Amino acid sequence: MRTLGLDIGAGTTKAVILDGSGALLARVAIRTGTNLEEATARARREVLEAAGLPAEGVDYSAATGYGRYQDAGRNLQITEVTCHARGAQHLFPRTRSVVDIGAQSSRAIHVGEEGRVRKFKMNDRCAAGAGRFLERISRALEVDLATIGTLSLEAKEPTTISSICAVIAESEVINHVTEGRSIEDILAGAHLSIADRVVALARQVGVEDEVTLTGGLAANPGMVHALELRLGRHVNTGPDAIYAGAIGAALLGQRRLERRTAAS
Amino acid sequence: MHVAGVDVGSTATKAVVLDEDGKVAGLGLCPTGANVVRAAERVFQEACRAAHVEEFDVAYVIGTGYGRYKVPFGHTQVTEISCHAKGAARLFPGTRTVVDIGGQDTKAIRVSPQGEVVDFCMNDKCAAGTGRFLEACAAVLDMKLSEIGDVSMRSTHPLKITNVCTVFVESEIVSQLARGEKVEDILRGVHNAIAGRSVALLRRVGIEAQVAFTGGVSRNGGMVRALEERLGLPINVNDLSQYIGALGAATFALERVKHGGELPPPPRPAGAPQTHGGH
Repeated sequence: MRTLGLDIGAGTTKAVILDGSGALLARVAIRTGTNLEEATARARREVLEAAGLPAEGVDYSAATGYGRYQDAGRNLQITEVTCHARGAQHLFPRTRSVVDIGAQSSRAIHVGEEGRVRKFKMNDRCAAGAGRFLERISRALEVDLATIGTLSLEAKEPTTISSICAVIAESEVINHVTEGRSIEDILAGAHLSIADRVVALARQVGVEDEVTLTGGLAANPGMVHALELRLGRHVNTGPDAIYAGAIGAALLGQRRLERRTAAS
Repeated sequence: MHVAGVDVGSTATKAVVLDEDGKVAGLGLCPTGANVVRAAERVFQEACRAAHVEEFDVAYVIGTGYGRYKVPFGHTQVTEISCHAKGAARLFPGTRTVVDIGGQDTKAIRVSPQGEVVDFCMNDKCAAGTGRFLEACAAVLDMKLSEIGDVSMRSTHPLKITNVCTVFVESEIVSQLARGEKVEDILRGVHNAIAGRSVALLRRVGIEAQVAFTGGVSRNGGMVRALEERLGLPINVNDLSQYIGALGAATFALERVKHGGELPPPPRPAGAPQTHGGH
């Protein structure tokens, strides 16, 4: 049995294929762009290709993320919270707290046994505390977005970014540059600002070891470091962490299919 | 004898020089930029030149706005809330409510018949509903900030902007464009969104006629119309509206010089705990 999981986020669309044992057969991530139907179709095509499978090579597929209803090929749609919790616990079985930082939203989830959601909090109304915040800062600083996390780790004295709003922080950051602060220090401050916002969410749901970071920012070493600093704990992450939502969707899809097969 | 007010905003710095009768003798305006002190000096010089007075002949200068402590030649500072109330009452004597939309913040101020602050509310935490928001929308549409107001007034089917966050609205506009929506309808939606946020802020202090619109965004005709529609009231605005903070500061300066007038204490926002007596 093979299941496909799709996570259509505001910034990136992730797709994975799992086999019946939960092993990852293939994964792809593409930019979502403005046409969600197109992004989901492409992600499906590419992940099947990566797994060397024909379209009928998967038995079931589940979609999550804000664009899940635009995925024409889905058998099932599931909310992001459920999928991230399940996916995080699949990757790191001792996970009790999940922090998911995406391009346009961030979530803190307290999970129980078997990846069940106990409590969660999210911010999806504003770019503060989400990936877009860093995008704006990197643009203002004219630094490649892919390098900001690594650069931030070289900070000597992180600059406090006092503006919460991404747009106002952009002007603030330019002032910091004018005042002679280093790019590394400013970037560290920007990562800490996001960490502060998501840790505030996490405290509301309760922080418990182990903590796993998922979502697009899980691939950013500066974000992991900032989060560890603010939480005062180790934070799990890894190359598959940005796929946690898609993995969770695939696993939950698999369970649905198994139950349905058992019932019939 | 002359006095002056210098209003250092997040985006623009304004100066007003008054003669001893309280008439506006000179104006100055420039982008604030990174060097706040230089911007303050520049507008002051400009306003003095327009008024045909030497800078050292200006008897009293009051700084206001977020950069008020960076007006090196200022004799003292007064908060922009008090100055906007004072300036609005001076420009439009029937003013009871002021809506000030600047580059990075929005304020709603209730004003007494004497031009004193009765109550106020502000948003300075986020760019939603401020000039920055308009700037970002203009940039996404590849238009000039100065033209979007007029274009918005050509709309026949205003769209609704569903996001609050400026960053998210940018993506929302990109999707609207991708769907083939008209620029004027998008822009009207943008102006309506700001008007909605401003009116919500005004409700918190109470809306009473007459309403004066101040700050840099008051130059935008589309914004004036959107606000009037949302409020159901006419709004006082003219060419001096952008200078109202500086005008208020200069008016305090004049009262101080002529009558030894007391400067107002910093006002407290609506809902803030009172520590003593109140008003």
